[in-house]
Amino acid sequence: MIEALQNIEFTPFLISFKLATITAFVLFCVALPLAWYLSQTRSKVKPFIEAITALPIVLPPSVLGFYILWAFAPDSALGAFFEDAFGVKLAFSFTGLVVASCFYSLPFMVQPLQSGFESLNKNMLEASYVAGKSKFITLFKVALPNIKPSLLTAIIVTFAHTVGEFGVVLMVGGSIPGETKVASVAIYDMVEMMDYTSAHIYSAIMVLISFVVLLGVYIFNAKQVRRFGL
Amino acid sequence: MIHLSIQKKLQGAEENMRLEAAFSVKEGEFIALRGKSGSGKTTLLRILAGLEDAQGKIIVENETWLSKVATLPPQKRRIGFVFQDYALFENMTIEQNLLFVQKDKTLAAHLLELTELTALKNRYPNALSGGQKQRVSIARALMKRPKILLLDEPLSALDPQMRNKLQNELLTLHKEFGTTTIMVSHDPSEIYKLASRVIELENGKIIHDGTPKEVLLKTQGSQKFSFEGELLEIKKVDVIYVAIVAIGQQLVEVVISTNEAKTLKTGEVVRLSTKAFSPTISHS
Repeated sequence: MIEALQNIEFTPFLISFKLATITAFVLFCVALPLAWYLSQTRSKVKPFIEAITALPIVLPPSVLGFYILWAFAPDSALGAFFEDAFGVKLAFSFTGLVVASCFYSLPFMVQPLQSGFESLNKNMLEASYVAGKSKFITLFKVALPNIKPSLLTAIIVTFAHTVGEFGVVLMVGGSIPGETKVASVAIYDMVEMMDYTSAHIYSAIMVLISFVVLLGVYIFNAKQVRRFGL
Repeated sequence: MIHLSIQKKLQGAEENMRLEAAFSVKEGEFIALRGKSGSGKTTLLRILAGLEDAQGKIIVENETWLSKVATLPPQKRRIGFVFQDYALFENMTIEQNLLFVQKDKTLAAHLLELTELTALKNRYPNALSGGQKQRVSIARALMKRPKILLLDEPLSALDPQMRNKLQNELLTLHKEFGTTTIMVSHDPSEIYKLASRVIELENGKIIHDGTPKEVLLKTQGSQKFSFEGELLEIKKVDVIYVAIVAIGQQLVEVVISTNEAKTLKTGEVVRLSTKAFSPTISHS
């Protein structure tokens, strides 16, 4: 057992966390304006955008993975463009994984932010406008600080969801050691090769980390409620 | 001077109605806006603040706030708005709430002093009572030294003592800052105390515009007393009928005739008046 622990290869975990960190960061930048727009608009296109945003929740990861792989393929327009313009190969590469993860985890970032913004007292935002503050300042100084629990939930759940993804990662990234082999795929490989000891250790680590992260979120949110009555 | 002439379609309680209001306001006036709920008072304030759009014209001291061609956004209008639910920035302390509007520490300190909030300046809104929150809200609205201060039923959620105190504070602030103030209020005594002019709306139209005395005082001719109240119950006691009427916060019993008992219905708004004797006033 101790020998098994010593021999454990941590690279898949590092890739998982690197992928999740980058995905959460990119998605935060993309989803923030989108969620703000959705929470403020009365436009008729809102349900369409919402439906598209929520698609990754209901679609089987294999469907999403298939389409992304198809779009990333070197002979497709998008794949060819990236290869020619930036010299980046999207299929079976880490960059491709990040892009795929962003699609896959989009709703987990957008939805908590949007519902957070929607739960804000509209008058509070208007008070800021009347005070002469632009929409931009209002978003960053008034809206965001008042939805801290939603903000944290959005970032952490996106992060955790990306760490936990399997189907899309396997299809788009394959299982290239040191490049696209994330922890969840590594566990799958171990089980396939009947290396149950390693699979046990990996799985236990995943459970532990996930639990600690979620516990942290809930403790923080409870504190926020006590402090601000949010 | 403020010249206002606006129209807007409203989704009323029963049917669609049009808000059509035109009036001018002199600088420094204190106007009370009254009317039943759904008569368009809040919408009128929001249009003035630029929070809702409308057709028509608003001109404030030669500056066009609303016209056919352009609408000045709320950010550029010099207004203070006090919301009915206070709408404080929950993530900021009391002092920060004021400083967010304008980074003027001297003015903030002065306003906190006037509203007796200096001791609470480092607290968060969550830790304040309703009356304290409303004072913060009023102080915050004055941080921009607004030309117009708009108050949407600012004191309606407070108990009578706190109301009284805040009414006095409002009057002090109105005088000190020389703002033109427009306040939505239902309370006649509050209007009488504070306002120099009353505008009453009904179904989106102005039905009264005058001094509080002209609009509010309801005695006519030789009547000494005249109160409006809600008829709560008609009781038969032996051979007579007794009506219980709620006037303000008080209940009174009145003997009525059999005829009156037949025509009056419980739940009705009734007027209670007397002519025959001189009223006496004493300490309560």
